[in-house]
Amino acid sequence: MVSLSWLMVLSAAIFAIGVAGFLTRRNILVMFMSIELMLNAVNLAFVSLGSRMGTMDGQVIVFFVMTVAAAEAAVGLAIIISIFRSRETVHADDLTLLRW
Amino acid sequence: MIELVVGAIEAILMVLIGLHLAIFLLYFERKGSALIQDRVGANRAAITGFGRKLGLPNLGIVNTLVADPLKLFTKEDFVPDGADHFLHGLAPFLALFPVLITFVVIPFGDTITVGGYTFNLQAANLNAAALYLLATIGIGVYGVALGGWASNNRWALLGGIRATAQMISYEIAMGLALVSVIMTYGTLDLQEMVRAQGGVWFGFLPRWGIFVQPLAFVLLLTAGVAESKRVPFDLPEGESELILGYMVEYSGGKQAAFMFTDFAEQALTAMMLVTFFLGGWQVPWLYRDGFHLPGGHLIAVAPLAVSLLGVVSFLVKVVVLCAFLGLVRWTLPRFRYDQLMRLGWKGLVPLGLANILVTAFIVVAAGGTH
Amino acid sequence: MPAGLFWFLAALSVLSALGVVVQRNPVHCLLSLVLTLLAIAVLFIGQDAVVVGFLQAIVYAGAIMVLFLFVIWLLNLPAESRPTGHLALRFFGAVAVAALMAELLVFALPARLQIRAAAHAAGYGSIEALSQTLFSEYLIAFEVTSVLLLVAVIGAVALARRTTAAEMQERGAADKAEIEKAA
Repeated sequence: MVSLSWLMVLSAAIFAIGVAGFLTRRNILVMFMSIELMLNAVNLAFVSLGSRMGTMDGQVIVFFVMTVAAAEAAVGLAIIISIFRSRETVHADDLTLLRW
Repeated sequence: MIELVVGAIEAILMVLIGLHLAIFLLYFERKGSALIQDRVGANRAAITGFGRKLGLPNLGIVNTLVADPLKLFTKEDFVPDGADHFLHGLAPFLALFPVLITFVVIPFGDTITVGGYTFNLQAANLNAAALYLLATIGIGVYGVALGGWASNNRWALLGGIRATAQMISYEIAMGLALVSVIMTYGTLDLQEMVRAQGGVWFGFLPRWGIFVQPLAFVLLLTAGVAESKRVPFDLPEGESELILGYMVEYSGGKQAAFMFTDFAEQALTAMMLVTFFLGGWQVPWLYRDGFHLPGGHLIAVAPLAVSLLGVVSFLVKVVVLCAFLGLVRWTLPRFRYDQLMRLGWKGLVPLGLANILVTAFIVVAAGGTH
Repeated sequence: MPAGLFWFLAALSVLSALGVVVQRNPVHCLLSLVLTLLAIAVLFIGQDAVVVGFLQAIVYAGAIMVLFLFVIWLLNLPAESRPTGHLALRFFGAVAVAALMAELLVFALPARLQIRAAAHAAGYGSIEALSQTLFSEYLIAFEVTSVLLLVAVIGAVALARRTTAAEMQERGAADKAEIEKAA
């Protein structure tokens, strides 16, 4: 079994890649996918720590994170569809209504 | 070490059984449908005039089992203009692979003892095998979805979208039916579930799952047929409307892979129904030492023969159920798309939930799982 | 979980995560994300979290990602010509990510992670153990989550549906009535 540190490093790496994607990509759907990457990195951290400590708490929290991610994906995608219907774009740089 | 080798052999065996069942279904499709529809069916192929020289009539079996696959695999592999080459090639693989790897968790016999070693006649003994089934069926959606989209063809995309929506809707119905079965047997392990279906009630009725959960049987049957996009749920394929739906831009080996997925999923549905509801490899009234017939007779059978009888019984049940699914195909007309979705969401899902409620009550009233 | 399997899965998940953020075609990004999710699911199963691993494959990779795919199709998104933002954005993004990574690596050092390894109880990660914890300590969270899902379903349907012609007429009539009242 690999040491816990390497699992944490892997989780950190995937999280950092998710942050990079969220900050640099301008397509809203790809930004959304980067958010899912971040959530999954956190899930991995939870399960690894829970497995190391021998409790089921990590897995239960992952269960909830998955459920919340599903709900958030549904609502977020509905919002994206509404935006697309009125603005005809999913490029984040073109959504400038609230800018001064 | 020897477990690894035996497991590998069993896995290959199960995949081969699945593939051969798919071929049997293809033959049954041609000749069985011809029988039902009062025509002759495919009978126009012979290898270098082999049959005719010997005076035999042209055998449809040569057509279906030899000529057809040969033709399909030697055809030109055509990728349409503007299509995504990578996804166009990936989609048939993504459709076929999950179905094939699902065959390995289906138990096709009890333990068999040969030369001092005892093998479990199930290639992969996962103790969460029921979840594994749902997971692989969920991954199988991607092949269909990408196949429709990667063809750069509006009607293929339409077929792909319809197929994807249908598959994810009926996955829910399938999951709900499985949940009530899991509650009844109290385990996710398929081999344990089949073992729990041994024995008899009232001295003569075998303890098969269908007598305990008839509604779940009907639900899983419907959902399984809808998952594998067989008639009466084959609107994504369309035949008279969308030609081949999401497969329309595929030729040669890739189309063979898609067609194979169709039949392999049908075989998988039959195997799932047999495992959960029809007693798996259990032969009625057969125990480890022999037949205990109702009425008190006892026919002693050798242990090796008991195991082999179990395997034979499993295969017979699966073949009968596959034939039944083929019969359904050639009897019922196709559902319209809104009827299909309405049946899935407004019909099967509430029934599944109600079934879970009733099962939960009965399980708790009977004092835990039996 | 054998070390070789872990390193293979780690490399696979990092490479496909990079594939998500680098590729131009949204569908390719989505497929890379599915691969990442499946790799993480296998990592879960390798650490005895069997049920959660399969749930990840069923729910996340099998349902949520199909939802993403549907939206990509619905919006008919082409492959992008300008995938990333302007230079300043990329530069500051890189700096921020580097700082984040450095900080997280500090917390991943063995000296920091002073957690004693506890043996797994029999049936760890099985569905019985998960439901025991879920329905005893986390019962309120479970109930609240079910309400959350209901709200999400209603919200998504309300946001994404098209206003019917009858509703447009209704709105037009209501606006006209207001104008008449103000006049």
